[in-house]
Amino acid sequence: MSLRNPLITELWQYRELLYFLAWRDVKVRYKQAALGAAWAVIQPLFTMIIFTLFFGRLAGVPSEGIPYPLFSYCALVPWTYFSGVLGQAGQSLLTNSNLITKVYFPRVMLPASSAVSGLLDFAMGTIFLVALMVHYRVSPGWSLLMAPVFLLSLFLFTIGTSMLTAALNVRYRDIKYALPFLIQLWLFVTPVIYPMTLIPKRFQWIAALNPLSGIVNGFRACVLGARLDTGLVSVSLATTLLIFAAGIRYFRKTERAFADII
Amino acid sequence: MPRSILVDRLSKKYTLGETQNTMLRDALVNTLRRFTGRGARAGSSGSNCLWALNEISFEVQQGEVVGLIGRNGAGKSTLLKVLSRITYPTSGRMEVQGRVASLLEVGTGFHEELTGRENIYLNGSILGMSKREIESSMDQIVSFADIDGFLDTPIKRYSSGMRMRLGFSVAAHLNPDVLFVDEVLAVGDVGFQKKCLGAMRELGSGGRTILFVSHNLAAIENLCKRTIWVSGGKVQMDGDSREVIKAYLKSVSVPEQSGVDLTAVDTRSGTGLVRFTRLELCGPDGLEQHAVHSGDPLVLKMQYVCQRPMPHLHFGFRLFSNLGTKLTDLHTWGTGFDIPMTPAGPGAITLEIDFLNLMPGTYYIGIWAASNGGEFHDVLDHVMTLEVEPSDYFGSGRGIESRFGLIFFPCRWKIPAPEDGSNSSLADAISMPTTCDSIA
Repeated sequence: MSLRNPLITELWQYRELLYFLAWRDVKVRYKQAALGAAWAVIQPLFTMIIFTLFFGRLAGVPSEGIPYPLFSYCALVPWTYFSGVLGQAGQSLLTNSNLITKVYFPRVMLPASSAVSGLLDFAMGTIFLVALMVHYRVSPGWSLLMAPVFLLSLFLFTIGTSMLTAALNVRYRDIKYALPFLIQLWLFVTPVIYPMTLIPKRFQWIAALNPLSGIVNGFRACVLGARLDTGLVSVSLATTLLIFAAGIRYFRKTERAFADII
Repeated sequence: MPRSILVDRLSKKYTLGETQNTMLRDALVNTLRRFTGRGARAGSSGSNCLWALNEISFEVQQGEVVGLIGRNGAGKSTLLKVLSRITYPTSGRMEVQGRVASLLEVGTGFHEELTGRENIYLNGSILGMSKREIESSMDQIVSFADIDGFLDTPIKRYSSGMRMRLGFSVAAHLNPDVLFVDEVLAVGDVGFQKKCLGAMRELGSGGRTILFVSHNLAAIENLCKRTIWVSGGKVQMDGDSREVIKAYLKSVSVPEQSGVDLTAVDTRSGTGLVRFTRLELCGPDGLEQHAVHSGDPLVLKMQYVCQRPMPHLHFGFRLFSNLGTKLTDLHTWGTGFDIPMTPAGPGAITLEIDFLNLMPGTYYIGIWAASNGGEFHDVLDHVMTLEVEPSDYFGSGRGIESRFGLIFFPCRWKIPAPEDGSNSSLADAISMPTTCDSIA
């Protein structure tokens, strides 16, 4: 895609709308919630505590020499971002159907604004991650410089799947029921609770097809200095780009009919 | 003047009934069938589809303010939706030059939890304003909407009137080249409606192209020089607003007979708990009347069917000029005629007008029934034509003519007697009808 692409020109024209929609999401999300934005940390924190108790302590899941709370929390930050955004963005076209039938704007702004507003929660979760690292005296090495690569691929993968599910949801309301269930299962096929090394070598290529495996593995490697599985990561990054492209394609193909069938 | 909007044989088809493939299962089954060659279910068999727009064509020059009128379902709103790119045409071509804004609803995207100020930002940006534009017109928006003290209150605490005012106010400060407006003037109280009309006129005077849909024909006539009458997804008539509105009103109302069967009228609205079935014009003797003259007494007999017993039902009678200006709305509520209980089944009510002070001309009658709370059960506007014939009410032998205006009053002219008492023979001078141009 060149920069002269009409889609990109249009998205640039509507950038302020993206900002305002994301700003609305943030404003509304924690309004009338007593704990406010603290929820952004509470969710991954309590999940981490439960995981540590049951998987780390009781089941004795290995954690590549990293303290288990840190090991799981570091993966829960990107995971919470992905699952939170997908859950919201998948419904974004339906919850904003009044906008779709009354005003024109690039429809992709709706799932995209969920992905942008989720970044704030992601940042809050990251701040707590730093606090946790200080507590466990774990410092990142030079590998931290690789972090933007994984951040970007997390963002692209989340947007790609969000566009796909949001567009499918307009036509097939089955998605509404399937999505929460799917997200729940997805957590277990992603190496959040366990390290990638737990999976037998000959099955690892299957796990690598899940882009989140590579992304989570990459995060741990960058931030905590865990072992980077280059083969796994490159397969995951390639799948990410594929899903991102498929998401854009399907969304563009179906968006013309949104107002008629929503 | 350069062209602003081009619509060239634009069509839009809607498939009626169940939207296809709303369940994934159906889609999978269809895909399978296609593979096995058994033939997928026919997508649009033609029998159950509706052409909301049917090869409609017209052009609008830059700076024109054009009204769009037509019955419900004629395709006006679909046209605006296609032109605003909300939905896509099935076939045909369209071009719109410049920055477009569309106002199909007041307060699109308002969020209940956000404050008035936050919603101004959100709604403004959704309608296509930049942050800087919103900030620079913030003060005007707030003062126009008249919500000063509530700016930082969540709009869930607003009254519906305040919400409407805020929504219209944001829209009135849009600054596009082309503006599409769909029936948004019917909001708020009379004072605010006047303000809205003023704002619309101001928007139109700045060289902007406006396409304006409304059922308020008086507003259309007031704002637009040119009007397009859309019928069955096509242009029925296009030209000078007065001419088009006259022709349109003529077509929607039943030509004058002494009585009209209303059961088949499809331009009605309301809950349907009450349905008018017949409207008759009678003379004071109760017999059906064929000709009505200025100054005559008139009796209207309305027959209806009530679905269930209704407490405190109110009936009304509206009279419109041939350009759609509402001249009066007389109702049982206003006159203090309370009907404690209307039984289910057919019934009738009559309205006796003592003195029809209308100048000769064409008028339109509307009738309605509503509950005490303001819930309308049946509303039929412009349902019957009333041709008022000239009469010689004042006995001058000169008659009352339609060019004198719309209404007249029983009156007499006098020249006051001078101090010395001369000229008294002229005191009871000629009676002349007074005309009232302010309504026309």
